[in-house]
Amino acid sequence: MTEPGPEAGPPVPDPPLLEIVHLDVFYGDFQALFGVSLSVPRGGATALVGANGAGKTTLLRAIAGAQAAASGSVRYAGSDVTTAAPYRRISRGIALVPEGRKLFPSLTVEENIQVGAAAAASGGWPLERIYEAFPMIARRRRQHASTLSGGEQQAVAIARAVAAAPSLLLLDEISLGLAPRVVGELYETLAGLRSAGATLVIVEQDLQRAMDACDDLVCLLEGRVALAARVADVSRDQVIAAYFGEGRS
Amino acid sequence: MNWVNACLQGLLLGGQYALIACGLSLAFGVMRIVNLAHGDLAVCGAYLGLLLSSALGVPVWVTLPLLLPAAFAVGMALQVLLFGRALRHGVLTPVVVTFGLSIMIENLLQVAATSDPRGLSGGSLALASFHLGRGITVSWLFLTAFLTACAVLSGLQLALSHTSWGRQVRATADDLDTARLVGIRVRPVFATVAGIAVATAALAGVFIGTIGTFDPLTGANTLIFAFEAVVIGGIGSLWGTLVGGMALGVTQVVVGEANQAYAVLAVHLVFLAVLTVRPGGLFPGHQAARPVRRAGAFG
Repeated sequence: MTEPGPEAGPPVPDPPLLEIVHLDVFYGDFQALFGVSLSVPRGGATALVGANGAGKTTLLRAIAGAQAAASGSVRYAGSDVTTAAPYRRISRGIALVPEGRKLFPSLTVEENIQVGAAAAASGGWPLERIYEAFPMIARRRRQHASTLSGGEQQAVAIARAVAAAPSLLLLDEISLGLAPRVVGELYETLAGLRSAGATLVIVEQDLQRAMDACDDLVCLLEGRVALAARVADVSRDQVIAAYFGEGRS
Repeated sequence: MNWVNACLQGLLLGGQYALIACGLSLAFGVMRIVNLAHGDLAVCGAYLGLLLSSALGVPVWVTLPLLLPAAFAVGMALQVLLFGRALRHGVLTPVVVTFGLSIMIENLLQVAATSDPRGLSGGSLALASFHLGRGITVSWLFLTAFLTACAVLSGLQLALSHTSWGRQVRATADDLDTARLVGIRVRPVFATVAGIAVATAALAGVFIGTIGTFDPLTGANTLIFAFEAVVIGGIGSLWGTLVGGMALGVTQVVVGEANQAYAVLAVHLVFLAVLTVRPGGLFPGHQAARPVRRAGAFG
């Protein structure tokens, strides 16, 4: 065993899994994101909060490749993926659970998951592992996705993304319209995924739940980063102030 | 008048309509494209069959291993070079583009092949038939066309239901944006669908040319019947397309048995009646305007 020399400095932190630098996104003439910069550490969970229209969904879509960046860059695992197509990003390990679940209604639960797994470079998670992680959908595997309850649909949407074996899982408003008990179950599943090594970016309207579930927090306000901090280092009041833009000149 | 025979002949004729209509249904269900050149592409298939069978001196059936891959390649090329670009500019642009393609094909065929009606040599199959008794005679050619339609539709349905490609096609038909988001490469999916649509149209064109005659303008009439079969059956439903085709075929032959002058009119009236009573068709499979459906295209 080699002892570190006396000249060895402090340990170098791991490079972030995701790094966004000065990202601008437009919808036609409307600018939705203004020079957004943030980094997501590997293995962590980052909450993305903000009022409606703050740009949270746009940011997730830009990371997933569904929304083109006008300028700035998205770096993932050390590679620039700013202009990569969604399928390339998925094969590299970025998967998105879109707002509103967006399941394919004419496909069964299992087919929805298989479609997600097909995009993975490694072939994705086997179905047995998926059903183990999402027991609530295991007995619904032959049903059409449109016949499930809201909570089950959300679980399928997450399972479809997880089937691609992502390193970075982007989750957009997964608790929207669901009973607190169901949301609790989904967050338990997410904790399990995190334990398995996944990095999470969670858009969440429930601030308390976001702060409980995540290590880092980024608050967007009108397309700009209003606050980026470790959850342990900020108070709820500070986040709320950033959320509503209080104290802005 | 032998009604049983008329119904049977109508069902067999309906198979031909379904064969040409299935590509139209597939293209609309997945890509939302109403290909007004579909009938003309079928006629192109007939002319290509004529060219190949004349050059090789063989019945047209022997040329199918060359003809169908060529038609598939043409469909893919059309998707990449024409339809895909048109689709980026809204729903009306592809209609105008395919209308233009239709006119261009018809004029090119008139220049290259003249307006003279042509026919394809089906070999001994073209004249063979068998008797079922009670004055019912079945043409082997008509039966082959019908069975081919059933085989093509079954094959497509099996591929759509049980393969990774099929799942991707159905997912794309359900929600194009989300299909991209979950990593489906939409362009290859569209290209293969367009290839299959043109290949099935070309196959139908070969039967059209073998059973009857064709000329550069045959495509327009063919398109109308195919379109009506798709709408009657329900857009996005392959088996519905077969039922739609058979409904048209039976109507045409049965009414024609009574009075030939009203046969085609009766077909169009059936189409109008279904459109009025059930605008989604008899077996609605896909309705693009509805964000969430119980059964999507080809489900």
